[in-house]
Amino acid sequence: MSGFLFQAFVYLAAAVIAVPIAKKLGLGSVLGYLIAGILIGPGIFGLVGSETQSIQHFAEFGVVMMLFIVGLELEPRALWGMRHRLLGLGGMQVSGTAAAVMAAGMVLGLGWTVALAVGLVFSLSSTAIVLQTLNEKGLMKSDGGQASFSVLLFQDIAVIPMLALVPLLALPELLDIIHHSGESGDHGSELSLVADLVGWQVALVTIGAIGVVIVGGIYLTRPLFRFIAASQLREMFIATALLLVIGIALLMTLVGLSPALGTFLAGVVLANSEYRHELESDIEPFKGLLLGLFFITVGAGINFTILFGDFITIIGLSIGLIVLKAAVFWCLALLFKLKGADKWLFTLGLAQAGEFGFVLLSFTVQNGVIPVELSQTLLLVVAISMLLTPLLFIAFDKLILPKLDQGQKREADEIDAKGVAIIAGTGRFGQIINRMLRGNGYETVVLDLSADTIDNMAKFGVKAFFGDASRPDLLHAAGLHDAELLVVAIDDHERALEIVKHARMERPKLHIVARARGRNHVYDLYAAGANDIIRETFDSAVRAGRSSLEAMGIHPHEAEKISQAFVKTDRQMLRRMASVYKPDTPLSENLEYVALAKEVMEEQDAAMRGSRGPHSGAHDRAWLPPGPARNLEKVIEE
Amino acid sequence: MKVLVLYAHPGQQHSITNAAMAKTAKTVEGVTFVDVYAEYPRHEIDIDQEQERLTSHDAVVFQFPLMWYSTPSLLKEWQDLVLEYGFAYGENGTNLKGKLWINAVTVGAPETAYGVDGHNKFSLSEMLRPLQATANLCQMPYLPPYTIFASLKLAGSAEMDAHVSGYKAMLEAMCADKFNVSAAEKQELIFAKDIAGLSTGASS
Repeated sequence: MSGFLFQAFVYLAAAVIAVPIAKKLGLGSVLGYLIAGILIGPGIFGLVGSETQSIQHFAEFGVVMMLFIVGLELEPRALWGMRHRLLGLGGMQVSGTAAAVMAAGMVLGLGWTVALAVGLVFSLSSTAIVLQTLNEKGLMKSDGGQASFSVLLFQDIAVIPMLALVPLLALPELLDIIHHSGESGDHGSELSLVADLVGWQVALVTIGAIGVVIVGGIYLTRPLFRFIAASQLREMFIATALLLVIGIALLMTLVGLSPALGTFLAGVVLANSEYRHELESDIEPFKGLLLGLFFITVGAGINFTILFGDFITIIGLSIGLIVLKAAVFWCLALLFKLKGADKWLFTLGLAQAGEFGFVLLSFTVQNGVIPVELSQTLLLVVAISMLLTPLLFIAFDKLILPKLDQGQKREADEIDAKGVAIIAGTGRFGQIINRMLRGNGYETVVLDLSADTIDNMAKFGVKAFFGDASRPDLLHAAGLHDAELLVVAIDDHERALEIVKHARMERPKLHIVARARGRNHVYDLYAAGANDIIRETFDSAVRAGRSSLEAMGIHPHEAEKISQAFVKTDRQMLRRMASVYKPDTPLSENLEYVALAKEVMEEQDAAMRGSRGPHSGAHDRAWLPPGPARNLEKVIEE
Repeated sequence: MKVLVLYAHPGQQHSITNAAMAKTAKTVEGVTFVDVYAEYPRHEIDIDQEQERLTSHDAVVFQFPLMWYSTPSLLKEWQDLVLEYGFAYGENGTNLKGKLWINAVTVGAPETAYGVDGHNKFSLSEMLRPLQATANLCQMPYLPPYTIFASLKLAGSAEMDAHVSGYKAMLEAMCADKFNVSAAEKQELIFAKDIAGLSTGASS
């Protein structure tokens, strides 16, 4: 137990110290984790040792979670729109890079089977580093980000045929060694649904598994989440979200598919679900921690004995690999017409080897394709190239971006400027705001705590997401960080206050429109930082008052003017009475407040009554005969 | 002749002359009376309804107090919105062709304040040129305004009573097709005393 606690302490402490410093220095969180890993690894302080290998396998699950979240943000239609890039760009990248690396390997004296295996290993890039960095920089939606994502997704798919191909490349002399030492069969004991089946049966089971994910995602998740939501237990939702991701990953492993691919698919299926933001905010922290752990293990896994034993060769190979991969990406960028910053982002961002490289390398060794000594060198090359990636992103930021046409950058800003409005609460109040915004072409993200309300709205074709908007992480998943407007339309005053306070703290310049129940709530919301505070029944009550005046025989235009005078004086009253408002005392027990209220109400009455005689009320300053009555004669004489 | 009276007065609670004119205009058979400020207290003019009213009448009487030498603001809004291109003017904009336009104006200052030598430097007819030009573009024959000067001073006097009953007589004559349009067009302004002479078939 103490051993586990010590390990956990070391990993967490390293991350907590290194990552904020790296971010502050502008290096990005990924480099921070990697450096933290190097520091605690055997090379420097030696706080962690051989267990990093098994931790790394565990931490790779972060990639699975990341692809689930990426899928959640990608609607099926968007995925379909990517199909040409996915297959064309991805396919050409994997085959092109593999061929180039294979050729280079043969020039350096490797046999063709070994060179091909190395080519396959190096054709993969690091989904973990690239997606994490693109998200951090907000570049996921850019053209270069989308192209990068297409390639990464294709690589995930390509791993499966690679695993099938690698055993065919086995060298007889290596196989002999393996059989003698009896090291193989590691994977034989793993659970599998397809191990004993013939080809067509495997295909059937595989298609069946994918079908389960899609059909289950569409038809089963909604009732399940409704059931869980009814329990009102936050942790049950988190447990369900984790269960979902782990369950799909398990199913995919059983049929021999990539778990990352399976959860990505599940994410895409759920991208249209009203529980999307809730799922995203539940999985996000796990994903972040696991990915961080993964990066640390990459850093800690660098074997300094081997590295310094052959420093020049390994560094040379790493840089050579990056240059070679970048060259392939650059050609593809030209071919697929990526322009300016996007071209360079695509070229530099993906030029490393990836975490699947580790998996594939150990697989090649087990199958007698690559000798152990060579694989240790290659492992270092993979790790070093990953270590250098954050530096390439920094080069992109500092060297490439400033040189590019500024016009292009401004254009991108304008597209981003079409802001999104978050509407918290979609009852009778929020839905009107939503309709007005949507009807005028603005994008809204609507959140509501009641699964029933969301279902009812869906029947009318209005989309809302399930979730408690007073939870900071959910507000973030809904897009608080780049929203243009936040409308707090819920009737729970305490929650509304929390939302306003949090949003104001996170986004000092965000425009916040808040719904208040009564005067005291107006004061609270004002103190919390809301821009526009709307009393929920005030406007309708004024309109009812106006109708009543008309019914009593007052001219409609006069009634309108009286209403305007009432609203204006009421707003002034509200401001004056704020000075005597005490948050902790009920209004009726605050004597000072009651006294002032009586006083200003009399003033308000006078302001309205003014319209019965000329020049006595605020709104009577219009449409009067010229001059005060006593001067009338004089004016006419002139 | 079907007559539409569009009455525009934002401060009716202070009005004497216009209130009396409005009260009597409502009683004339064949007149459609519309209190524009009552119909649109928040300036939300229903363009279709207003255009329909125009097409179903043969003469339009704009009744208003002169404010800053022009119409009250809502009546200007009414012109801006209702007299659309393609309806009132421009291509196919002939819906108002041949309909009469007449203003019924109450003026606070005395007649001596108007004209080249007067306090206001311009005559009332000149002040109302924009409305005349509007009628012209809409191909509506424009009649000189039915006018009362010094309306504030005359409030409650016999002259005011005469103006109100003259207004009634004019509307009745128009409805009965007994209003001499060509004779009226020749006048500079129309006063209560002229109405009897302009009504054909009446002994003058």
